[in-house]
Amino acid sequence: MQYFVQQLINGLTLGSIYGLIAIGYTMVYGIIGMINFAHGDIFMVGAFAALIVFLILGALFYSVPIVIALLIMMIVAMLLTSLYNWTIEKVAYRPLRGSFRLAPLITAIGMSIALSNFVQVTQGPRNKPVPPMVSRVYTIDGISVSLKQIIIVLVTVILLAIFWYLVNRTALGRAQRACEQDRKMAALMGIDVDRTISITFVMGAALAAVAGTLFLMYYGVVVFSDGFTPGVKAFTAAVLGGIGSLPGAVLGGLMIGFIESMWSAYFSIDYKDVAAFSILAIVLIFLPSGILGRPEVEKV
Amino acid sequence: MAVTVSPESDVVATPVQRATREALYAGAISLGLFVLFIGLRTDQNISNELILVQRWGLLAAVVIATMVGRFLYVAYGQPFLANQKIVDVATGLLPESVATRFFRLPYFIAAIAIAVVLLLLAGSLDGLVGPDLADYARFVRALAIIYALAWVIYYFRVFILAHFSALGITALALYPIVVVLVIALYTGSMVGGFQGSLKWVDNFGIQILIYVMLAWGLNIVVGLAGLLDLGYVAFYAVGAYAYALLGTHFGLSFWILLPAAGAMAAFWGVMLGFPVLRLRGDYLAIVTLAFGEIIRLVIVNWREVTNGSAGISGIPKVSFFGLISFNVSDPNYIAKVLGIAQSGAYYKIFLYYLILGLCLLTAFVTVRLRRMPVGRAWEALREDEIACRSLGINTTTTKLTAFATGAMFGGFAGSFFAARQGFVSPESFVFLESAIILAIVVLGGMGSLVGIAVAALVMIGGTEALRELDFLKRIFGPDFTPELYRMLLFGMAMVIVMLWKPRGFVGSREPTAFLKIRRAVSGSFTKEGHG
Repeated sequence: MQYFVQQLINGLTLGSIYGLIAIGYTMVYGIIGMINFAHGDIFMVGAFAALIVFLILGALFYSVPIVIALLIMMIVAMLLTSLYNWTIEKVAYRPLRGSFRLAPLITAIGMSIALSNFVQVTQGPRNKPVPPMVSRVYTIDGISVSLKQIIIVLVTVILLAIFWYLVNRTALGRAQRACEQDRKMAALMGIDVDRTISITFVMGAALAAVAGTLFLMYYGVVVFSDGFTPGVKAFTAAVLGGIGSLPGAVLGGLMIGFIESMWSAYFSIDYKDVAAFSILAIVLIFLPSGILGRPEVEKV
Repeated sequence: MAVTVSPESDVVATPVQRATREALYAGAISLGLFVLFIGLRTDQNISNELILVQRWGLLAAVVIATMVGRFLYVAYGQPFLANQKIVDVATGLLPESVATRFFRLPYFIAAIAIAVVLLLLAGSLDGLVGPDLADYARFVRALAIIYALAWVIYYFRVFILAHFSALGITALALYPIVVVLVIALYTGSMVGGFQGSLKWVDNFGIQILIYVMLAWGLNIVVGLAGLLDLGYVAFYAVGAYAYALLGTHFGLSFWILLPAAGAMAAFWGVMLGFPVLRLRGDYLAIVTLAFGEIIRLVIVNWREVTNGSAGISGIPKVSFFGLISFNVSDPNYIAKVLGIAQSGAYYKIFLYYLILGLCLLTAFVTVRLRRMPVGRAWEALREDEIACRSLGINTTTTKLTAFATGAMFGGFAGSFFAARQGFVSPESFVFLESAIILAIVVLGGMGSLVGIAVAALVMIGGTEALRELDFLKRIFGPDFTPELYRMLLFGMAMVIVMLWKPRGFVGSREPTAFLKIRRAVSGSFTKEGHG
């Protein structure tokens, strides 16, 4: 039982990170109906930005309280990553809006290749290990919970609350939901569609940047190719939850996190990704539009 | 589709004013993008701790380059492009006026002269001007040759377009012979000709043709049936491992295993097809991607059979139907049979013709299938799945046959790949490969065999050519490796080509079923289904 609860906590931590990335996928999909393949690499750029800021802080000051350091890392990573995603949307996706379906997908894949290789060229191909930032571990009743995990879950919950407020209670969120339902109609109602889409990309990138910072803190190492696997897992999570649905993305992220940690704990760590992908296929056979997704109505 | 109503504030601004403003914006954005990533570099010091290396000079150079580029584009590029809207009717690429100005006869003669002089001097170039300038001279020579070829193609474009397939196949069939003869003339001996042809036949010829074949195979699934497949590389892996495992353990010949690998890949295609029958669009995309990853992860982790990430080596070579062998130790080794000097090039040339044959087989099957009921059903499925079902087409078998046929060609290409490399490892079957193949299909113009071949030539040939740019070392210093920038440039090229021609190189489509005459349909009038 203790072992099970332990795995539950590990899965929750992992799932939080996946959920944060998955929101970026699902929001972009919901609003312009494209898979933003570069999102995983945006996450990696966020992690690298956090790493560089961490090193700058270390070089400038003798010691910084870790909470403040993490906060600065997150904010800088959010700003920088948002700028990246904003630029990419402007350069690679906007000119192709209204073009046929696969065109933006190909530019997104191209951007993903370009981004990861850009980081490889500028920052070098090797692993970048950082000294542990937070190392305290609490043990309650044989279950160990590290401070890192608490921070990850806490930050995720706070961000999701802010995000929920933005989407459901502000004019901006209303504009986003309107664009998601019918872009042409929203434009007729006086909503600046291009601006709303840009903001969607910025929000997705900001969440991915936080996920990147948390990823760096949790694993203590990052490499240029790190965008791919978490990116694909997060995308899997978004599809599993029903792409386009925001609670679905979080739910899917948590599910993928739980599947992974349970599978590696009880079966084999080698096949944890196989398990996650297989469960995706099985779920989609029975629920073709994900768990919380609206079934697509076929119109003739 | 979305129409913005924001007022045009820069109606009165002159191009130069506007360009200055745009350049400042671009500079600010690129400064923001690059300040942490180019301005600083994370590096390990001796005690293996991460330290920051400062590179502000490089950052300044990149930002200034961005600003200048943006300025030139807005001030001169955009007005120029706006005035040149009418493109050449025959080629659909360059505007007629630009092309005639660019491809003039005196330029052609000059290019030929430069190329000939530099080719004649090639041996003594290093001695004449020193190694530095010699590298530049070789680059100029390459440019001159490319220009001369482009000129010839432009001048005969109407003829070439009219007989594209026949000319293309002839050129491909003659390619290794021409390369060997040219290099033999150049070095003065046949042996030298064969040795020198290795790079051209292997790195350019075979490499490009493998991608042509893969892209043509994927074209059946994506281009004809309209099913977005992001895990095509899985079938390539199945084919490669089928040949690698059965060939090394049971000593079976390539000619038996080639159909076997195709059948196995087709079987896996159906296995993938069944669960995804109900899925549409992007759900389909993610499941195929997941499938590709599952196959790769199983190969990595099932060490007892596949030897994990270490891969399988010592895969037997292909023989010429058992009559002529390419192993030096065999009694029927080609050099002994024909009584010629030993060379590794014979095998490469043989492989070149083998993959060329496989490519042509793929093209032939695709062209024939498009005229058959199953091919028409695929295309109908791509255009409208609901209409398809209401007309009584069995969408289940239609989708499954598309997956199986596409996968079969992937399997053929995979077993060829294993035979060519002599070594397979999971590294060759990552998602990036699927993405590259899909990109070639879309960049070429979905469904168009010619367009896809051209796209493969441009994208794969272009990135391979980057390996040859030694003169860049003279500019950026000896530790500059152009290979490192290969994939970066590949990704950017994908974006740029897509922005330039969103429908691919060949955007128009020739209908397979028609009433009286066959008329090409512009890409803008075709609709891609959602499935």
